Amino acid sequence: MSEGKSVAPHVPNMGPDWQQYSVRPGDRRRDLWMGRLISAIAFSAIAAIILIFLFIGREAAPVITSSEVHQEVTVAKMIVPLETRPGKPKMYLWQPVSETPKYSLPPLLLGSLKATLVAILFAAPFAIGAAIYSSEFAPPRIREMIKPVIEMLAGIPSVVMGFFALMVLASVLKDTFGWKFRLNATNAGIALGIAIIPVIYTVAEGALRAVPRQIREAAQALGATPWATARRVILPAAAPGIFAGVMLGLGRAIGETMIVLMASGNAAIWSPHLTDSIRTMSATIAAELAEVVNGSAHYHVLFFIGALLFLLTFLVNSLGELYVGRLRRRLTGVSG
Amino acid sequence: MTALNHSHIAAKQPERVVVGPPPVKIQVRGLNFFYGSNQALRNVDFDVITHAVTALIGPSGCGKTTFLRTMNRMNDQIPGARAVGTVLLDGTDIHGPDVDVTALRRRVGMVFQRSNPFPKTIYENVAFGLRIAGIRDHYVIDEAVENSLRLAALWDEVKDNLNGLALQLSGGQQQRLCIARALAVKPDVLLMDEPASALDPISTGKIEELIEDLKSRYTIVIVTHNMQQAARISEYTGFFYMGELIEYGPTVKIFTTPSEKRTEDYVTGRFG
Repeated sequence: MSEGKSVAPHVPNMGPDWQQYSVRPGDRRRDLWMGRLISAIAFSAIAAIILIFLFIGREAAPVITSSEVHQEVTVAKMIVPLETRPGKPKMYLWQPVSETPKYSLPPLLLGSLKATLVAILFAAPFAIGAAIYSSEFAPPRIREMIKPVIEMLAGIPSVVMGFFALMVLASVLKDTFGWKFRLNATNAGIALGIAIIPVIYTVAEGALRAVPRQIREAAQALGATPWATARRVILPAAAPGIFAGVMLGLGRAIGETMIVLMASGNAAIWSPHLTDSIRTMSATIAAELAEVVNGSAHYHVLFFIGALLFLLTFLVNSLGELYVGRLRRRLTGVSG
Repeated sequence: MTALNHSHIAAKQPERVVVGPPPVKIQVRGLNFFYGSNQALRNVDFDVITHAVTALIGPSGCGKTTFLRTMNRMNDQIPGARAVGTVLLDGTDIHGPDVDVTALRRRVGMVFQRSNPFPKTIYENVAFGLRIAGIRDHYVIDEAVENSLRLAALWDEVKDNLNGLALQLSGGQQQRLCIARALAVKPDVLLMDEPASALDPISTGKIEELIEDLKSRYTIVIVTHNMQQAARISEYTGFFYMGELIEYGPTVKIFTTPSEKRTEDYVTGRFG
C-alpha cells in the first residue's frame, strides 16, 4: 500500500455473531466433491469421443501412410475412375474382394448423399408441418395426442423400418412409378425420412412452442389470422431452432445404417438418378467390416470411410451450429 | 373529502365541456366472464366514451385486465374462458356471429404491459399490421411507418436506424414502437394494459404525453396500477374490485368525491 493510505474508521460490530451465518464444514466438503464428480462425468463423455476419434484415426491412417497398403490402394486410386478392361471406359468401382481390389469412394459418398437428400426432402415438410400444426393450430387435446404418437416413431427399431421398406415400400413405389429397381435411393431415402421425422419434429415443435406468448398475442392483437401469425411471426422467430432440428435429422440420416443396408440395393453405382440402387458409406462398413481380414488394406479402407463419415457429420453439425447462431443474432441482436 | 391533493386534476379537466350525453363507443351490458368455473367479472355495465381516455383501476386480480381483453376478444384463446353478456362496439355486438375477430382486432388495437416487439427490424414491426392486411405498395407502407412512428414520438430517435433490430431498442422505445405498431393499422379504439408499468419515470412521462396527444383521434382504454397516472391522463375512471365494477364516472369525481367507500379507500391508498 502507498503511504497516504486512509485508515478505515473503526465501526464496532453491533450485529449478531458471524457464527450463526457460517456454512457447515460438511456442506463445504460435499460441495467440493459433488463439483468434482460432475466435472469428471462431463469430461468422461468428452474423453470417450476423443478416444473413439483417435481409434478410428489410427486404423484409418495406414491408407495414407503405409506402403504395404499402398501396394493395393492409395487415396488417389480411391477418388479417380479406374481402368477395368483394355478398351473399356474408366469407371468408379467398389470391388474390394476382386482379384485386383478396387476401392472407389465417389459412388459411396454419392450414395450417402442421395439417400440423405431424399430423406430430408421427404421428412422436413412433414415434420415441420406437423410441428406447426401441433403448436399453432391443434386444439390442446389433439396436441396431447399427436406429440407422443409422432415421437413414438423414434422408438421403431431401424431394422423394422428397413424391413418395412424392403418388403412393402419398395414394391409399392416400384408398382406406382414403374421403376426398374425395387431397391433404390428414393426407397431408402423415404424410409430414412420416416425414421428422422420424429427428430426434426421434436426439435422444431420445441422451438415453435418456445416463442414467447407475448409475441403471438401481439400478432393476434394486430388482427393476424392464425396462419399469418404462424408464417410471419412464429416461424421466423423459431427458424434457428427449426433449422437446428433439420441439421440434427441430417446428421442422423448420414450415419443411419440398418435402413439403407436393407432398402437401398447396395450397388455402388456412380449415377445421378434417384431411382438407381445405391450403396452408402455406413452400409458398406456394416456389411463388410465383420468379414474383413484384420489389418488388411480393405480393413483400413473401411476405417478410412468411417473417419470420413465422422468428419462429414462433424462438418454438418458445425456448419449448422454456425448458421443457427448467425440466424439468432440476426433476429435478436444477441447471441446465445 | 380525501387526503390527496387534487388541485392538479381539477386544473386539467375543465377543457372538456360535455354538452348532452357523451357519445358512447363501446357499450357493455351484463358482462360476466369465466375462466372455467372461476368467475372473473360479475355483471359489468360500462360505457366507453368516444375520443376520451378511460382508466381502469383496482387491485391485482380484480378483473380489469380481463375486462380490457374482452373488448378485442383476446381472451378467446384461453382454454375454458367464456364471456356472457353484450359488448357493443358502435352498436354491433362483438360476440355476434357476423363479427370477424380478425377485423375486430384491427379496429380495436392493443398495447401490452410488457413491450413485445417482433424479432424483426423496427420498420418491419410497424409495417406488420399493413402487410398482414395485404398491403403491398411500399410507398403506402413507408408513409404509414413514418406517420405511426411520428405519432408515437419515436421517429426522431429511430429514423436513421429503421432497419435496426427492434429488440435492441431500450425498454421505453420498445413500448413506443409497440404503440406505433398498433397505430399503423389505424384502429378506432386503443386498449392499453399497463403500458408504462415496466418503464422508468422518464419513459413513463413520454408514454403519458403520447396518450394525451392521441386522445383527440382515438378512444383509449387504459389499465393502470398507478393512481396518479389515472388521475393525470384520463377523463373517466372505472374502479374494479373482485370482478365487480364498483364505481365508474368522470375521473375528477372518482378521485375527489367518490360515492363508494371502497373507491375512496382505494384511491387514497388505504388498501390495494
